[in-house]
Amino acid sequence: MSPRFLLQEIWTGIRRNLSMTVSVVLVTMVSMYLLGLGLLAQTQADTMKGYWYDRVQVSIYLCTDTSLRPNCTSGAVTEEQKETLLAQLNALPEVQQVFYESEEEAYDRFQEQFRNSPLAGNIEIGDIPQSFRVQLEDPSKFGVVVSQFEGAPGVADIQDQERVLNRFFTVINYITLFSVLLAALMVLAAVLLMATTIRQAAFARRREIGIMRLVGASNFTIRLPFVIETVIAAVLGALLAFGLLFATVHYIFNRFLNRVVLDQALIGDSDVLAVAPLMFAGVVVLAVLTSTVTLWRYLRV
Amino acid sequence: MIRFENVTKVYPRGTRPALDKVSLEIERGEFAFIVGPSGSGKSTMLRLVLREESANSGTVLVAGQDLGRLPMRKIPRMRRQMGAVFQDFRLLPGKTVYQNVAYALQVIGKSSLQIRRTVPETLEMVGLGGMDKRLPHQLSGGEQQRVAIARAVVNKPMILLADEPTGNLDPAISLDIVRLLERINRTGTTIIMATHDDSIVNDLRRRVIELNEGRVVRDDEHGTYVPQSM
Ligand SMILES: Nc1ncnc2c1ncn2[C@@H]1O[C@H](COP(=O)(O)OP(=O)(O)O)[C@@H](O)[C@H]1O
Ligand SMILES: [Mg+2]
Repeated sequence: MSPRFLLQEIWTGIRRNLSMTVSVVLVTMVSMYLLGLGLLAQTQADTMKGYWYDRVQVSIYLCTDTSLRPNCTSGAVTEEQKETLLAQLNALPEVQQVFYESEEEAYDRFQEQFRNSPLAGNIEIGDIPQSFRVQLEDPSKFGVVVSQFEGAPGVADIQDQERVLNRFFTVINYITLFSVLLAALMVLAAVLLMATTIRQAAFARRREIGIMRLVGASNFTIRLPFVIETVIAAVLGALLAFGLLFATVHYIFNRFLNRVVLDQALIGDSDVLAVAPLMFAGVVVLAVLTSTVTLWRYLRV
Repeated sequence: MIRFENVTKVYPRGTRPALDKVSLEIERGEFAFIVGPSGSGKSTMLRLVLREESANSGTVLVAGQDLGRLPMRKIPRMRRQMGAVFQDFRLLPGKTVYQNVAYALQVIGKSSLQIRRTVPETLEMVGLGGMDKRLPHQLSGGEQQRVAIARAVVNKPMILLADEPTGNLDPAISLDIVRLLERINRTGTTIIMATHDDSIVNDLRRRVIELNEGRVVRDDEHGTYVPQSM
């Protein structure tokens, strides 16, 4: 079969079965989009972990005059207590660095973080207590700090950012799981639709197939146009999914989230490019396998 | 060229055998009619030669090859040595005369050079010169059957199988078609034609194999055919 003849056959095939081909394209697109979202959510989680684990801190909030904590009945923390705490912290081998944050600094940081929010106006200096910010060698060693400093004189409360982050990562994991499961269902739908489409296409071309068999065309020749048509539809679907994914990350995710939440630790265009080969290889394998099996079952000699 | 040895064919839901212990031999270059009433097994014989069906018992040999032992993947190559035409022509309605004939060569991977060379001369040979660009629906029945014959012989097969090729045609046109088959036969192609058209059989005086209920009831070298009254 000459390439030109093959192309003609494929083109007539696609034209004759256009609505089915379009549905294969669309279903493939949706399934690959969902799969891409799932993978990207995971990439996002990994990126954030890397970013945050370098910065994760344990905050030891100190007592104020108005503090209601049982440990703070004797009033605000004294300079002496602070010095003792600092010395004890620095003595711990798990501790990498300790920063002290005064009430003024805490206020400034809050104002900066929530500059776009009405919350910023409701806070005064002193509302956020002074604290020690402890950076650990290994963020998961949080328990050591808690057991040592919980209830120590002058300590109101200990907060671990890692615990908050972990909850966040659990949510991302669920999002990934959910979208990958949905993607799996859509992939199943795509496979079934491809099989139906091929059967319909073969039925539409039963005359041609009959003649090809009669004149001794090989099975390969008879089946190749169907396989290529399916691959074309699937790759087109993956291409659209890729475009959609790119737009989602580039225009929606990056543009908006960049401003609202953080300006680092976000996935970007290159991460979309990284999942693309997987998507394309996936649909090609899927299309070739599905069409081969369908034709093998449906087009016996 | 073609040999049936004790061939029995029973269709999956058939009540009686379509062919019942048939033995016969057709030599290279022969022109043989297979006659008999409807349902006597004529088409089944041709389908066995084409390996569209396989025998339940007995052996079908084509050019020395036992079709029952031919592996699936070798069937296409075997079919390239045969041509076949039918009562209903089986042309592709969207393709022109030229494209219909060329299609048979394209799908077995012939080069476009070969196609450009052989298709016009084959169309000329079957008497369709100048009609290349017509579509099947713009042709008479006889002309459509000529296209089908051109498609069947364009790859120069050893054997041409014709299953009631004149079944849809007027007597005069039918004779033209059979004359064309004779001409093809003279170039060395073995021809088997199933028919129940007695006037053609009697005009040509060729070998006649008569089937009845799946059995060979007569095999005459220069035979005639007198259909039994129903
Ligand atoms: N595909 C089939 N399935 C079941 N029975 C069939 C099939 N084709 C033919 N037959 C039966 O086999 C017998 C021979 O049929 P056929 O070879 O078509 O006869 P002819 O061509 O002489 O009319 C008939 O009884 C017919 O009903
Ligand atoms: Mg018949």
